[in-house]
Amino acid sequence: MCTTCGCSSGEVDIEAAVASGHQHHPHGDHSHSHPHGDHHTHSHPLESRIVTVEQDLLARNDARAAVNRRGFEAHGLFVVNLVSSPGSGKTALLVRIADALRERTPICVIEGDQQTSNDVERIRAAGLPGIQINTGKGCHLDAHMVARAVESLAPEAGGVLFIENVGNLVCPAAFDLGEAHKVVIISTTEGEDKPLKYPDMFAASDLMLVNKVDLLPHLEFDVDRCIEYARRVNPEIQVLLVSATTGEGIGSWLEWILAGRERVAGSSRSWKGGVG
Amino acid sequence: MHELSLSNGMLEIIQKRAFEDGFDRVLAVRLEVGLLSCVERAALSFCFESVTRGTVAEGARLEILDVAGEAWCWDCEAVVPLARRGEACERCGGYRMKLRDGDNVRIKDLEVA
Repeated sequence: MCTTCGCSSGEVDIEAAVASGHQHHPHGDHSHSHPHGDHHTHSHPLESRIVTVEQDLLARNDARAAVNRRGFEAHGLFVVNLVSSPGSGKTALLVRIADALRERTPICVIEGDQQTSNDVERIRAAGLPGIQINTGKGCHLDAHMVARAVESLAPEAGGVLFIENVGNLVCPAAFDLGEAHKVVIISTTEGEDKPLKYPDMFAASDLMLVNKVDLLPHLEFDVDRCIEYARRVNPEIQVLLVSATTGEGIGSWLEWILAGRERVAGSSRSWKGGVG
Repeated sequence: MHELSLSNGMLEIIQKRAFEDGFDRVLAVRLEVGLLSCVERAALSFCFESVTRGTVAEGARLEILDVAGEAWCWDCEAVVPLARRGEACERCGGYRMKLRDGDNVRIKDLEVA
């Protein structure tokens, strides 16, 4: 599907639609003579028919995502797709857990941004292997981009792969990448009603991290209301309150990741055992 | 603005079918769009027109058919209509619901020649 959301398919130009079919000439200018013998009419003699398709537009992405997911599971790789608005703290939350998590499990990171490799540089500075995908005009990562990135990143089996999606609370909700979970991050400097304003993302996620809780004393952000709104669109969503700056709640974020990794590694071991 | 992605997806499906079913002109595309899908219809029409230029689907009519949202309410133990995500169940006023339909975008059929 789209790798570029606009740039490679080019020129989203705003010229008028190309007229389809024929146009009548202004007969004042010139005459064109019809051979009246063969009596042709200016209607298209089209025998139209209906072709049933019944296919989802995201089918190609979903098929690739399913392949990704099977590959991740077979390698016991726990994959988390981090989604949020720009500036909610996706990279900061990864950098914060880098040291503690690295001691327990291999980790690597795919960074998605429209431009720059700033985020992957932060990730590498924190000692984690990472790869940057620049989407150009694109507003989301898709399953094919992730497949290519995984190929060059070659994550270690039994580890954790974080995919930091393009900062955007709308489009990434629709694109399955093959991850085990989407994790949505909302920070306390945003409005607590974001789950209602951008419900698709909160509906698609299994965990909501409320970040920057260290700033709560200075803000109007109502945590309980935020959680209530999130559960309106997704009654099953789990919630953790964290601060990438002070480390508050980071322990439970780590535990959540390690528990997920255990589940995936466990099922991969039993799956391999079953086959072998 | 993933409408361009969706339009490219639509074109891919159409071109594949044109090859398989042997048609060389698409007159109309009937597209089911869930009312709870995050698709902006005007943007989708614009993108569709743009990506189909010079293809088998150039100038095709894009007919958008609405598909209403539908959820399973755990408290009512019934399927209920859902106009928007985050809204309460119209029967019990609760929010313990799981969406069942109305968030997809799919090509239903093509009128071809």
